[in-house]
Amino acid sequence: MLRGILMRLSQAVPVLLIFSVMVFMLMHLLPGDPALAIAGPDATPEAVQAIRQQLGLDRPLPIQLLEWFAHIAVGNFGESITLKQSVVSAVVERLPVTLSLSLVSLIVTLPIGIGLGVVAAYWRNSWIDAFVMVLALLGVSLPGFWVGILSVLYFSVQLGWFPPSGYVPLTEGGFWPWFASLIQPAIVLALFQIGFLARITRSAMLDVLDQDFIRTARAKGVDEWTTIAKHAFRNTLIPVVTVLGITLSLLVGGSVVIEQVFALPGIGRLIVQGILNRDYPLVQGTMLLFGFAFVLINILVDIIYTFVDPRVRYG
Amino acid sequence: MAPPLLEVDDLTVRFRTDAGWMTAVDRVSLAVGEGEALGIVGESGSGKSVTALSILRLHAAATTRMPTGKITYGGRDLLTLPTREMRQIRGGEIAMIFQDPMSSLNPVLTIADQIGESLRLHQGVDQATARKRAIELLELVRIPDAARRVDEYPHRLSGGMRQRVMIAIAIACRPKLLIADEPTTALDVTIQAQILDLLRDLQRELGMSVILITHDMGVIAEFARRVMVMYAGRVVEVAPVGQMFRSPVHPYTEGLLSAIPKLDVDVRRLPTIAGSIPDPTAVIPGCRYSPRCPLVQEACRRDSPALLPAGPEREARCPPRVAMITPSKETVA
Repeated sequence: MLRGILMRLSQAVPVLLIFSVMVFMLMHLLPGDPALAIAGPDATPEAVQAIRQQLGLDRPLPIQLLEWFAHIAVGNFGESITLKQSVVSAVVERLPVTLSLSLVSLIVTLPIGIGLGVVAAYWRNSWIDAFVMVLALLGVSLPGFWVGILSVLYFSVQLGWFPPSGYVPLTEGGFWPWFASLIQPAIVLALFQIGFLARITRSAMLDVLDQDFIRTARAKGVDEWTTIAKHAFRNTLIPVVTVLGITLSLLVGGSVVIEQVFALPGIGRLIVQGILNRDYPLVQGTMLLFGFAFVLINILVDIIYTFVDPRVRYG
Repeated sequence: MAPPLLEVDDLTVRFRTDAGWMTAVDRVSLAVGEGEALGIVGESGSGKSVTALSILRLHAAATTRMPTGKITYGGRDLLTLPTREMRQIRGGEIAMIFQDPMSSLNPVLTIADQIGESLRLHQGVDQATARKRAIELLELVRIPDAARRVDEYPHRLSGGMRQRVMIAIAIACRPKLLIADEPTTALDVTIQAQILDLLRDLQRELGMSVILITHDMGVIAEFARRVMVMYAGRVVEVAPVGQMFRSPVHPYTEGLLSAIPKLDVDVRRLPTIAGSIPDPTAVIPGCRYSPRCPLVQEACRRDSPALLPAGPEREARCPPRVAMITPSKETVA
């Protein structure tokens, strides 16, 4: 088991190397001189030269790349130009917000998404199935920012159930204010995931229900509930866990938009700020951290996989 | 004579297909006595598996119309039995094993769990007892190293071993009737013989009745006492196994038998039955075998033949042939 995990981690190394080179190239693929772009149109040539030196753009490209790797290796993801602090500390400050949002959203997504998929598959081709699939289609096709704005207008402005925006840290207000500030954006963020997961679960469950071992279970005299819950469900989870890694990545990606709509000071907003302010080191650093997170999530999913499917053993 | 253990009367099963409704099983009747081994033989599509599945009501619910007819077991009609009581019959009184052992076991549950489930369900034993009994059952179906195997997952076992596990699951609650639907078809020839031997020994030891479904005449010859031949959803011949091999009545049975390779006769080419099994949705007037039958007569294409008595314990759905072997009353007189 431990050997398997180590093997998966070592496989992640080339992925991360390639990814970090791509992030590095971002600075150099931009049209024009990034230093000029950062300094703005009114800057003096001296100011531009100063920025160029600060970013190391005046040195040869291979040297810059080696420096980039050397910095990453020691956990130095660069300095933000606008925030006047290191990218790592800027991210660490905002990480709890995005993590909380993703976590609450995931807790909403998993039971509802998987549950709807199972229900639709069991009553396949009935009105229940049709209803669930229309809901799922709405979930994946309605844009999050639009649903978010409508939801704020109705639930926050009209009904006043939730705060319309902002974030209350767990350490400041305790559980309920924290939860109230997150539940609305988390549900909006979950809609897409729920739709996606319900569709995947439905087709996986339909596959499993057609398998011979389901007939074996019925031939043993197993009742319908046990057939579904014990014999079909765990087999359904195998493909569902596979896409869970993708779902989690989408969750982080979706938070970029949702944090903007609900004014949550998370990493998604940090990226948007960085892009708007042409704070290239900040954008590079946060992208790199996101990339590391995705790879880590997918390794975790692979490990979960071994618990779900006895046929899969690493190492 | 004691009433049979299971009696099927006029069973008809219809499927919905893209081309419309098709009759997979057409007024099939059969009876199995206590401890008897009945063979059902026929090509794919002859309705033999559907007949077997219908006995336990395991046919695909979405595309099948509720079978009509009567299936009497223990004085009750299985076709109208409430679901809860049907579940007690399944696995408890009548058990079933299937063709493909590779896909018939649940890949995420251990052998102990899958055998034990039957015992917990029908005999209410606890987990520890169920595991102990599972080991005994694995020994009974001759799986070596049973105590270790019992905690493994199916993917660690070979096809033959998995079929033995399926048999262990089926006999766990000492059923009165075992339905084996092509139990050896997916296995290697050497393994086939072992599984058949095992089934025959178990039948004798446990006193079970067995319905064995196959398309392999050799399997029938080894296993069954009585044979029922099916063609295109209908029973065409019923006979004790020796008599069927010696003197088949129906031309289809004759065709099947002549297609078996014989070791003592040197032939360049095995005889086959001309034509192919009819499209199940096609309407064939008269005898369904008439388009392929070498002995076809005018009346065969017109009138649907009845299943006629053709001697003690024998029936055949071929009036011309039956008339030949059983002289009519006029000629006797």
